[in-house]
Amino acid sequence: MNFDEYRGVWIFIEQNDGKIEGVSLELLGAGRKLADKLQVPLGGFLLGSGIKPLAKQVIAYGADEVYMVDHPVLKQYRTESYMQGVMLLVEKYKPEIILYGATPNGKDLASAVATDLVTGLTADTTMLDVDVDSRLLEASRPAFGGNIMATILCKKHRPQMATVRPKVMKALEPDSGKVGKIIEESIDLKEENMRTKVLQIVNDVTKKANLAEAHVIVCGGKGMGDVQNFQILYELADTIGATVGGTRDVVEAGWLPHELQIGQTGETVTPKIYFAIALSGAIQHVVGMKNSDLIIAINKDPNAPVFDVATYGIVGDALEIVPKLIQQFKQLQSEKGGEVSYAREI
Amino acid sequence: MHIVVCVKQVPDTKIIKINPKTNTLDRRSAPAILNPYDAHAVQAAVSIREKTGGTISVLSMGPPQATAVIKKSIEIGADRGFLISDRAFAGADTLATSYALSKALEKINKEMPVDMIICGKHAIDGDTGQVGPGIARRMDIPPVTNVIEVSEVNLEEKTVLIKRKLSNGYELIQAELPCLLTVEKEINQIEYSPMPNMIKAARYEPVIWAVSDFENVDRSQLGLKGSPTIVGKMFTPPRPEGGKKIEGSVDEQVNQLMDILMEKKDVLTLQSSK
Ligand SMILES: Cc1cc2nc3c(=O)[nH]c(=O)nc-3n(C[C@H](O)[C@H](O)[C@H](O)COP(=O)(O)OP(=O)(O)OC[C@H]3O[C@@H](n4cnc5c(N)ncnc54)[C@H](O)[C@@H]3O)c2cc1C
Ligand SMILES: Nc1ncnc2c1ncn2[C@@H]1O[C@H](COP(=O)(O)O)[C@@H](O)[C@H]1O
Repeated sequence: MNFDEYRGVWIFIEQNDGKIEGVSLELLGAGRKLADKLQVPLGGFLLGSGIKPLAKQVIAYGADEVYMVDHPVLKQYRTESYMQGVMLLVEKYKPEIILYGATPNGKDLASAVATDLVTGLTADTTMLDVDVDSRLLEASRPAFGGNIMATILCKKHRPQMATVRPKVMKALEPDSGKVGKIIEESIDLKEENMRTKVLQIVNDVTKKANLAEAHVIVCGGKGMGDVQNFQILYELADTIGATVGGTRDVVEAGWLPHELQIGQTGETVTPKIYFAIALSGAIQHVVGMKNSDLIIAINKDPNAPVFDVATYGIVGDALEIVPKLIQQFKQLQSEKGGEVSYAREI
Repeated sequence: MHIVVCVKQVPDTKIIKINPKTNTLDRRSAPAILNPYDAHAVQAAVSIREKTGGTISVLSMGPPQATAVIKKSIEIGADRGFLISDRAFAGADTLATSYALSKALEKINKEMPVDMIICGKHAIDGDTGQVGPGIARRMDIPPVTNVIEVSEVNLEEKTVLIKRKLSNGYELIQAELPCLLTVEKEINQIEYSPMPNMIKAARYEPVIWAVSDFENVDRSQLGLKGSPTIVGKMFTPPRPEGGKKIEGSVDEQVNQLMDILMEKKDVLTLQSSK
């Protein structure tokens, strides 16, 4: 394998119904830094049907080049058709690095493509860098085993690939004046050759979207003791207009449904205010919340790792502090005759 | 209908202890269990077999102790199990794992054609979720990941109807058999194992294969040698400075916290209470 043939950083632009997923724009931001360091172009590649209007947006968010495969069979995501498109592009243009959002479709596609390309794929990355001399992608993720991160490398194969967690990288401010190159490839796909069919797509935004979009989150941990005590977090959340989430231990204990788990194997969130209550702050949890604007931690143990990421920390008993906090808010409201109602900032 | 379920033995991350001095996992403290998602995969196969009849085989790659997860799968309702165990498999990443498992699947398929392969959504130790789609590519069958329901299996038409979970909702997919599914936990509840299964499991001895039992295997694609990804370094993430500690009595702490929150009151939606 001649490594010098492989040049450029590529981002998989995931689109659904003609709308680009947020994580793809975040990855263009992260990819821009890597491409600048390596002094190579940043490419975005997208597949679908009728997707040409999206190219401008991909460029505005940082890409120098947009690679497109537009075909009716690609209308809905399917592993078998999408991977054919990706293989075609990658084998022809040979990027050295490819990043995908760690969404259901992004992970599915990347896993299939890595197998056919016979190359390495790092899952659920939360930190990215590149070593300029060796041109190696340094993809880091929480390691199984304590509060440590592992950097995964792929030395002997190209392209180097990783899936990256949504909401941990930052998108650039779009620049609508930016110019870029658009490259289109045609593909020969036939619906009758497809072994899977998407019959229906059902959007059910009720459950989880509120965590992802919440401005204020009250997240509780196993230290709440039991499911009864956990209920006071709902009371706090109701009082201030917040959404409740939990750690994996809380979900495993059955106090909350999995949709409300925050962290590496749950949701990544970036609210304006994050209450981390009676949770230790394990690395797998922290990667899902550390980009919140204001983090308030309440924990009995002064050495709990959560205090390292908290903006403000209170060493104390949550079962004592939270009820008092609720009471204060309630009192404030009654003093103002129940008129204190603030509109949410968008 | 012949279903093969891929099952992995993993340390129980719920019970696992972290050594506070070294900040690493204390492996001795971790009992080995059947990957929880794989238990759901076996259960899903059992539910399908109830409708279609047929055979459920389970396949695992791991050290000899991994026979325990095959026995566990028999308890849930699998009919038979295969363990592939060999030094040459050690240190495999997801690419090398899917290669080794696909070699075993080819062997199983020769003896009894496989209609469906089921994997867990991910293994809780590495949690990559990459092995399932990898196997599907190697066997050249379509993968359907994140499955939450298998609603219909049509043996005449050789198709299945599947619900696949998406970021915000689900999609209904029709796939041709054979295909590979990876399943989410919500696909089913693990039922209590009936007594005859327990007895069968206790006595069961899985078939164990080594590399030498496979035909046309490229040893350079196995284990550590066949793994393109390597761990470069391990590090404790740069410690952010940590914020201010709010000191004082409980009441003082709460008052200070109120002051901080009131500065941000525009993000709060205070509910008026009676
Ligand atoms: C592969 C893998 C993936 C994982 N993914 C996730 C994930 O997505 N999300 C996640 O959260 N975890 C995840 N984990 C688990 C993670 O490592 C931790 O085990 C988990 O986050 C701990 O949950 P906890 O903080 O609620 O419980 P604990 O670690 O038990 O912490 C409880 C805390 O509460 C404090 N406390 C006790 N009583 C009180 C009180 N009365 N008042 C105040 N404080 C009190 C204690 O001091 C302690 O710090 C994952 C682990 C692995 C191995
Ligand atoms: N060593 C193994 N033996 C059998 N099945 C495995 C093995 N590793 C992974 N799998 C299967 O692949 C799924 C995903 O694993 P992973 O990609 O490691 O998260 C698991 O739920 C299993 O079904």
